[in-house]
Amino acid sequence: MSKYHLDYLGQLESEAIHIMREVAGQFERPALLFSGGKDSITLVHLALKAFRPGKFPFPLVHIDTGHNFPEALDFRDELVEQIGEKLIVRKVEDTIREKSLTEQKGKFASRNALQTYTLLDLIEEFKFDALIGGARRDEEKARAKERIFSVRDEFGQWNPKLQRPELWNTYNGKIHKGENVRAFPISNWTELDVWNYIRREQIELPSIYFAHEREVLQHEGQLVAISDFIKLDPGDVVLKKKVRYRTVGDMTCTAAVESDATAIDDIINEIIATKTSERGETRIDDRVSEAAMEDRKKSGYF
Amino acid sequence: MDILRFITAGSVDDGKSTLIGRLLYDSKSILIDQLEAIEKQSKNKDLGEIDLALLTDGLRAEREQGITIDVAYKYFSTPKRKFIIADAPGHIQYTRNMVTGASNSELAIILVDARNGVVEQTRRHSIIASLLNIPHIVVAINKMDLVGYSEEVYNQIVGDYQEVAKSLNLKDVKYIPISALNGDNIVEVSPNFPWYEGESLLHYLENIEVENDVNLTDPRFSVQYVIRPQVAELHDYRGYAGKVISGVYRKGDKVVIQPSGIESTISSIEIGGKETDEAFALQSVVLHLEDDVDVSRGDLIVRRDNQPNTEQEFEVLLCWMGNKPLVPGNKYLFQINSRVVRAVVREIAYKLDVNTLQQEPAPERAELNDIIRATIKTASPVAFDSYNRLRDNGGAILIDETSCVTVGACMIQ
Repeated sequence: MSKYHLDYLGQLESEAIHIMREVAGQFERPALLFSGGKDSITLVHLALKAFRPGKFPFPLVHIDTGHNFPEALDFRDELVEQIGEKLIVRKVEDTIREKSLTEQKGKFASRNALQTYTLLDLIEEFKFDALIGGARRDEEKARAKERIFSVRDEFGQWNPKLQRPELWNTYNGKIHKGENVRAFPISNWTELDVWNYIRREQIELPSIYFAHEREVLQHEGQLVAISDFIKLDPGDVVLKKKVRYRTVGDMTCTAAVESDATAIDDIINEIIATKTSERGETRIDDRVSEAAMEDRKKSGYF
Repeated sequence: MDILRFITAGSVDDGKSTLIGRLLYDSKSILIDQLEAIEKQSKNKDLGEIDLALLTDGLRAEREQGITIDVAYKYFSTPKRKFIIADAPGHIQYTRNMVTGASNSELAIILVDARNGVVEQTRRHSIIASLLNIPHIVVAINKMDLVGYSEEVYNQIVGDYQEVAKSLNLKDVKYIPISALNGDNIVEVSPNFPWYEGESLLHYLENIEVENDVNLTDPRFSVQYVIRPQVAELHDYRGYAGKVISGVYRKGDKVVIQPSGIESTISSIEIGGKETDEAFALQSVVLHLEDDVDVSRGDLIVRRDNQPNTEQEFEVLLCWMGNKPLVPGNKYLFQINSRVVRAVVREIAYKLDVNTLQQEPAPERAELNDIIRATIKTASPVAFDSYNRLRDNGGAILIDETSCVTVGACMIQ
């Protein structure tokens, strides 16, 4: 093999950096949507490679649902401090109050759908024209069809039938006033690619990604962490289990998996052996209907 | 481990979705919950068994209509390779989608229904693959179970396709008889083909040499972004961030900036913040120049002894992708890598019949899915290579400035 050969993680990394630099070069007010999960932590790592020793040409923004894992928030603040970049936080709670929105009811009342309102307000407040996100095409059927530069109208809506053809490595970021682009640098990565990259680059992650003891509720085959955001019914059995998280979303809609994996190698082995998909195993919000993600994306969701 | 990007061309009737479903399923890329979801649907549709084709149906709109409306990307990997499939629908009205999916592919799987043989659609897909200069073609002769795994049928189709390959000057063509539905010759060589001495489809995809498809001869670097830290200690830092499109760059290379023609020398190269002596194709890097010259986004940094063409007027093959027709004389934005210039499509020389490759008289306007040969004039010079020589510096898009939509794919001749 030639010494001028880029291995597969190197190719994925270079592609992602290229996409981020295109965003920086084409847009006036971009931002990076940071959730505290492994995919957006990977994006920050890629941005460091793309723009250092300069500053990021965009702030990090976080939509705080108020239902976060405290470990993820602590990690977020430490990371931002360490890299010295700007973080903008907007709270879903404020949007609910200001706009008199109605919260979901029920046992696992989630603010997942409501965060779209906060996101759209944030875009308007700062006049962002591009938002970089960590979505991957392998996550879900609707995402498999989305472009790397995905245009949203002024209501944040995605129209799958009117997507721009995306050819070679040429990205068309032209938009009308009021529209914005969601840019996905790790579109072509799979869950396993992200983990392999995290291992190779020795990227730090919040502790909840590794096996730990936690009080959980078993609900329709999924393990949901006990927190203030979940209503316990009489008869609910609270178990203490050794778990880790495969994805980090809200405490109300992210389920844990039983695991003894305390090191990254163990996690990678578990992922290789797993028989359930990332979203299928851990996302309560995708179970609503077969087209749940398609519907949410059409109405402005990431 | 490396990456192979390929496109599958064929219609639902050829079993394209079943083939993709089979590759994902047999490589164990389908997980239980996804399988349960399609089992549920399969039963809903009274199909009895699992319908692997359902794995590739993305959107509800498509499921309701039983069609595929856009390019979807699918992923699977084996210990040897990561595969990225561009799944493009094959009906006639979707030339645009196949061109899009083909633009990033190193290999095309062209599906032929063994019962029908080489048909108009096979020719169309092959022509598009050749226009987009995809280096490797696999002709997957599917539904062999429905023709009794007949060697004669297979030989007939191979013979017919060899004519197509010859007329299109396709260099690397591989023929594999398969049954996607039964999994014959997909992962393992099937005993149903005692006369077939070749390898399985997956084995071929895993082992085909694609490393040589990367051009390491002609150094091309397109500036995406200029890094200028606004801090005192890095006052003089000026880094040109971009991806090496092709070739190798070394510290000390005598370079020229195109289109301006300004000369300089590479003073240092950084990758991910670390200094290095050389950088090669596909790497995202930062280049520094010895002189404080004017370089901005969209400029090409190339070696003085290996330069692209720098012109304001050139010929292209153009696939029209806009819903509104192309009218010669109209102005568009022309984007090649990170460079965007105003352009006008001057005149149409002829239209290509994508089923026969015949040149037809130039139409007054080009419609969606038309492929034409035309002259483009740009407002300022563009540095490019011919598409067939260097795909990543010879492919460009046209953007309608009023709708902001990508309306054309240009392959510079």
